[in-house]
Amino acid sequence: MEKTIRLAHGAGGRVMADLIAEVFVSELDNGHLREMADAARLEGWGEGRLAVTTDAFVVRPLFFPGGDIGYHAVHGTVNDLAMVGARPLWLTAAFILEEGLQIELLRRIVRSMAEAARAAGVVVVAGDTKVVERGHGDGLYITTTGVGVVPQGVDVGPDRGRPGDVVLLSGSVGDHGIAVLSRREGLAFETELCSDSAPLHGLVQALLSAAPHTHALRDPTRGGLAAALNELARSSGVGVEIDEAKVPVRPAVRAACEMLGFDPLTVANEGKLVAFVPPEEAEAALAALRAHPLGRDAEAIGFLTEDHPGMVLARTPIGGRRIVDMPLGELLPRIC
Amino acid sequence: METYAGLEAFRDPELASRLIAAIRARSWRPVRLMEFCGGHTHAILRYGLPTLLPETIELRSGPGCPVCVTSTADLDRAIALAALPGVILCTFGDMVRVPGSRSSLAQAKAEGADVRVVYSPLDALRIARENPQRPVIFLGVGFETTAPMVASAVLAAEAGRVDNFFVYSAHKLTPPATRAILDSGEVALHGIIGPGHVTTVIGAEAWRFLPEEYGVPCAIAGFEPVDLLQAILALVEMIEDGRAGVANTYGRSVRPAGNPAAKQVMAQVFEARAAEWRGLGTIPESGLFLREAYARFDAATTFSVDAVPVREPPGCRCGDVLRGVLRPPECPLFARVCTPDRPVGPCMVSAEGACAAYFAYGTEGRAPGHRS
Repeated sequence: MEKTIRLAHGAGGRVMADLIAEVFVSELDNGHLREMADAARLEGWGEGRLAVTTDAFVVRPLFFPGGDIGYHAVHGTVNDLAMVGARPLWLTAAFILEEGLQIELLRRIVRSMAEAARAAGVVVVAGDTKVVERGHGDGLYITTTGVGVVPQGVDVGPDRGRPGDVVLLSGSVGDHGIAVLSRREGLAFETELCSDSAPLHGLVQALLSAAPHTHALRDPTRGGLAAALNELARSSGVGVEIDEAKVPVRPAVRAACEMLGFDPLTVANEGKLVAFVPPEEAEAALAALRAHPLGRDAEAIGFLTEDHPGMVLARTPIGGRRIVDMPLGELLPRIC
Repeated sequence: METYAGLEAFRDPELASRLIAAIRARSWRPVRLMEFCGGHTHAILRYGLPTLLPETIELRSGPGCPVCVTSTADLDRAIALAALPGVILCTFGDMVRVPGSRSSLAQAKAEGADVRVVYSPLDALRIARENPQRPVIFLGVGFETTAPMVASAVLAAEAGRVDNFFVYSAHKLTPPATRAILDSGEVALHGIIGPGHVTTVIGAEAWRFLPEEYGVPCAIAGFEPVDLLQAILALVEMIEDGRAGVANTYGRSVRPAGNPAAKQVMAQVFEARAAEWRGLGTIPESGLFLREAYARFDAATTFSVDAVPVREPPGCRCGDVLRGVLRPPECPLFARVCTPDRPVGPCMVSAEGACAAYFAYGTEGRAPGHRS
């Protein structure tokens, strides 16, 4: 096995076939991949609707406290499926590798994907590999597509929030974004923080069992809680009112945000969800979230209103009022 | 982090509501207070202070946004410098997006200029060391807070014989701008909330001229809501009692004489000369320029670029906002034509700009469901 990625590793010849066999198939091993077909044929989802999503991962650096791009590429897509109430089943993965990449490093990342996939109960059933010239990529990019099944009776959608719904948040915000930023060149600072990267479908299942009429779910990734709430407010045509003091923020995240001039509400997460739940199920929903390891710090942070549709307003920690706007996000380095 | 735990007290809701009650009890006369500093404007709106203060108190934002007060002429010259062959131009993030007469640094970068965003002038110095064959120009904007860091970078370049490092200094001094606003008499001000970080460097005594020459009280404030409320209460008390003085409500950071080491390095490298401010025009002894002894690091004199006729963005009222004459939501362009993703003027671009703060946090002038 060679040590570094060459352009030939993406050229479609024997070198590429070796790479696929020795890194991807061997690490993500299963019958679908071993078959080496152009597409995977999937059976056995039974009743319910199919959910499909795709996501590209270009995070830099590739390794960060609490995770790496491999975990991230599985969790991100699993979570997108979970946010429509789907049980994630299959993934595909496309890799864009930069010439010169160390194959050992690639293997570490693929191993992380395999571990994350096993833990999330999904199978990586197909893939693609391209190699670009040195200087045309940041080491590697991964795109994953996910397929899952929405069980009958589950109807969760971003447009389903209703005035009166309670806004639940599954835990502290900003951990992932700050953990990644802390390891970037030119911005390195000491922190104990780890990314919260985690698959959320188990938490969603727990939530939906306790609150089957949950209206909307979103994982606040890029743009943070602020973006997620603004998107849901617009899709549902409702106003959102939150109490900032109720939003859990770790002290290290708040300190880093102060230093960097960020609002923690706009910093990315990879293992949190926000839910709009009808008031009669809110208490059970909060208890179910808190009973799950990924939702221990869950809080009810606000409610939906017919006032100011499409807009998110916050009660500030000292009792004032302010807008929580859709973040621009332009100056934030890439973290997803 | 311990530093954060220490700050918690300055966000304490109970302490905040006690201060608000005290302000309500003491404030009878309608007053207009100016917060000089853009960081204060952001904290004020971020915590919704205007929704908590009595109607007698109006807060007006001032010129304390370094990116905003940088003149279009300086920005145009920086864009021209960036286009010179081989040049790497480094500056702070916000500056890159500010529209100049014809272009912006971001546009120049898209067209092939090597423009890099740095977090400190020392990053620019490192880039100069790594690229010894290329001129590296640091476009320095900022007040007394950032000027000492830039001065240190110049001294480090001298000591390390980094002869491809240059500074284009658009640094400015805050007291002369405050004088200019009071001298113009365009807007009646009853008190000034003094800038916390700047005053940490220059010292609270530097604001003594406000009560002594203008009869205007000044309170130096930190950046947490309790800090700001304490400063507002101090101003209200002085105004109601008919006194004028300098109150330092940011004692955990600000000393009467400031930071002598920072002042010394600034004075060693820079001298104050007349400088052009956006909105305020040319103010005597308000800009920091490299002294003769450091002229070889001065990009303004080392490189010659053609001056282009300055064109201000049509309809932009940033100048009026910076003088405190206009509140951002009163600008006809605010949130309609001018938004953070399509800024017309620098006050909507910068993280310290008043328009950006009113847009991001303020409920005023924002239609429900408005898309940003």
